[in-house]
Amino acid sequence: MRSISRRSVAVIGGGPAGLDAAIAAYEAGALDVVLIERDIRLGGILNQCIHDGFGLHRFKEALSGPEYASRCIDRLTDLGVSVMLETIVLDLSPDRRMLLSRRGALFEMECDSVVLAMGCRERARGALSIPGHRPSGVYTAGAAQNLVNMENIMPGRNIVILGSGDIGLIMARRMTLEGAHVEAVFEIMPYSSGLPRNIQQCLVDYEIPLYLSTTVVGITGMGRLEGVTVASVDENRIPVRGTERFVPCDTLLLSVGLIPENELARSAGVLLDPVTGGPKVDDRCMTSVPGIFSCGNALHVHDLVDWVSEEASRAGAASAKYASGEPGASGRAISVVPGSGIRYVLPDRIGEHASVCGDVSLAFRVASPSRGSVVGIYSGGVRIKEESHSRLHPAEMVWIRLGCDDIARAYETPDEPLEVRIV
Amino acid sequence: MGNINEIYDVMIIGAGVVGVAIARELSRYSNRLGVIEKEPDVSLGASCRNSGVIHSGINYKPGTRRAILGVRGNAMMDELCFELNVPLKRIGKLTVALTEEDLPGLFRLYEQGRANGVPGMEMMNNSAMRRIQPGVDGIFGLWTPSSGIISPYGLTIALAENAHANGVDFYLECQVESLTRRDDGVFEVGARDLRHNAMRKFETRVIINSAGIHSDEISRMAGIDDGVIWACRGEYYVLDRRLDGTLKTLVYPVPGRNDPGLGIHLTPTVDGNILIGPSAVYIPDEDREDYRATAPVMESLKREGLRLLPDLAASDFIRNFAGNRPKQTSPEVGGNADFTIEDTAIPGFIRLQGIESPGLTSSPAIALEVRDLVSRHIELRSRTDFNAANPGFTGFFSDLPLEARRELIGSDPEYGEIICRCERITKREIRNAIENPLGARTLMSVKYRARATMGRCQGGFCLPRIVRMLRDEYGYEPEDFMAKGRGAYMFAGHVRSRGEAV
Repeated sequence: MRSISRRSVAVIGGGPAGLDAAIAAYEAGALDVVLIERDIRLGGILNQCIHDGFGLHRFKEALSGPEYASRCIDRLTDLGVSVMLETIVLDLSPDRRMLLSRRGALFEMECDSVVLAMGCRERARGALSIPGHRPSGVYTAGAAQNLVNMENIMPGRNIVILGSGDIGLIMARRMTLEGAHVEAVFEIMPYSSGLPRNIQQCLVDYEIPLYLSTTVVGITGMGRLEGVTVASVDENRIPVRGTERFVPCDTLLLSVGLIPENELARSAGVLLDPVTGGPKVDDRCMTSVPGIFSCGNALHVHDLVDWVSEEASRAGAASAKYASGEPGASGRAISVVPGSGIRYVLPDRIGEHASVCGDVSLAFRVASPSRGSVVGIYSGGVRIKEESHSRLHPAEMVWIRLGCDDIARAYETPDEPLEVRIV
Repeated sequence: MGNINEIYDVMIIGAGVVGVAIARELSRYSNRLGVIEKEPDVSLGASCRNSGVIHSGINYKPGTRRAILGVRGNAMMDELCFELNVPLKRIGKLTVALTEEDLPGLFRLYEQGRANGVPGMEMMNNSAMRRIQPGVDGIFGLWTPSSGIISPYGLTIALAENAHANGVDFYLECQVESLTRRDDGVFEVGARDLRHNAMRKFETRVIINSAGIHSDEISRMAGIDDGVIWACRGEYYVLDRRLDGTLKTLVYPVPGRNDPGLGIHLTPTVDGNILIGPSAVYIPDEDREDYRATAPVMESLKREGLRLLPDLAASDFIRNFAGNRPKQTSPEVGGNADFTIEDTAIPGFIRLQGIESPGLTSSPAIALEVRDLVSRHIELRSRTDFNAANPGFTGFFSDLPLEARRELIGSDPEYGEIICRCERITKREIRNAIENPLGARTLMSVKYRARATMGRCQGGFCLPRIVRMLRDEYGYEPEDFMAKGRGAYMFAGHVRSRGEAV
């Protein structure tokens, strides 16, 4: 019989979310926290993000990705939290038993609570259904970033970028700085899905054109990519006949969305939200399976790492409390739902404990850009809170903090969901 | 590599499943054999671009080669797959009549199947069908339990590697440009080495033309003008493994009489994906290897997929691909012609043309037929040291039970290192693929052998890792990385040369 190792809290994924979740779990008193990372080093995607702009909110400084990561890693190391590198979790059961694999070993582990912090993956070409050939030279922007920044390999010289997600914008600048020619960025939506500051600093400053309401409708090249056909799209995102033009290039980078990584959540029977692609969670980031928590880009795709860290700290602390036997999912909860103009809102429910023990932050994204809007939170007909925003954009996550009083008022009608909507 | 001055007994042109099945069959004899292939690996044409179905034989007119060799090949598959350790799943097939109008066609298939000797057929009403495939539509169905699924490239690679282990020489990236029969009856084969852009010459007593979509061009080089090949493209979508288990069996509509294919359907793969397809559209002759996906077909495949599997999500469509059928019937005629497998007016030049479906199923039976043709020209010398099995463990590590995995990790720690996380492919498996005995060096070669990069992230995660491994452990420079043939280079060089200031 093999011995099964036991831990109070296991955090899966050593990127920014996992790092802060593990730190918070330890600081909240969990005895033996373990952070599990499949790569050879901690830091996750931050390691390949060598540009700056990380930590403006949290540290009030513009750090590079590796610098931001190293602050978290240093803290984790100082605390002495144990880390397993080059280890992958193959399976997670609803009773928090895991199967892990690493060089030379396949082993099991049981935990009192688990934090899922596996981050996200990029949407690939297959999900886009672009007609045409299947040449080499089509990469997701993040894979290209890895090749350039980590492996010293140039994917190509004449670049077209499809999608104006932040990684695509960052790569437009990066490839330009390394001597490649970036022809243009094409975005199917009438607005960019990247942060405004990245549009300015990565495209405008380098005179790289951004074509909105335009997409790639054809890929040409039997061996290596020879070019793409682009076309304008109408308001339903259908290509408009007669607007096609051929753009020669040897490389197409795709920055067309991120998908939370949740294979393990699925294997544990965690309920997922079809809009975010991540688990449904309560205000403590606990999923539908007691003792399993989720945070960071595995929960929903964030715009800034600062918010990832904040959310992960909450999840980590809650996981420690759960591991120490503090009451879990039992008790009442009010559901939180997106109303008009809101694409999604998290958490999915607020437990009654929150009305006595603290603030809850609602995170949401709007469905389309607007100016001078008012966001309201309602319980039945009752207005709980209202905030006006000079500018709302789908690329930017919005947070609204609810105090104990707000939550207590919502609990006056506990069967009514809390609805977030643009008024 | 053999002595260039030595004359081959048999050279096979084309390393698709049919070519390598012939090579493997002939490697039971001690004659000198070579396979010549213009692509940088075996199986890169139609053999990696099809549904991966082992057909029962109900769809072919009695007495034709397609019927005889299809049923015979189907019966040979179990032993072959056992010897080569290739997964074969006999999941059966339901051919479904959706309306009464389909019934005559269904009965015709039943009669045809009986005449062809298809084993175990059963006509079923809907409730009997639903015991096999819950929720299936249709008023009546024909159940053929001998239908199955297989990895077509898995079989091709295993056959090729076994043939190679038994002494067959493989010349990859070698494109035949001329064929001449000398007065002494020996053929001179002029071929371009595409990797080094140099000409090579081979001599052989027998040539087997199994060049698939290009077989008529090869025949013309030898001076045989009849027999034209039309390329008829079939497009597919690949669905995420999330849906593994949804399909218990193959479900096909009753095909129309003059359809060029068997109709669009869902096919589970042995790896747990589902394929939607194939379409059937003749393409212009400018490039028979134009495997492009087209917007109207993609749309119709998606629609069809959603009709058959209503809970499909957009993210379930992880990839598309296409393959081109080598058809001997023109677009005007439609339907299918029988396989051409024959001696020609040129003694020693054996041609195989129009080996479309059920070519994969028939391949071992075709090999026997071709062996008999070869023996009319040269003496096949028996040997005692033929090894029918491929050495070592050749399945997928993650499919093994836990204890077996622990044991393998104990003997080789690299089985514990997962490189491709979607498909759970280990470093050892990727190393085995890189070190393949045929010397195939493309990334496609790793993909088709190890299944790495085939999952839902399509290599986003593991591609950089495989690249790192090839560079650090096998000395690849950026320009050495090829995705496949036809100049499909992966990278444009280093970002900075070593020592350059950052």
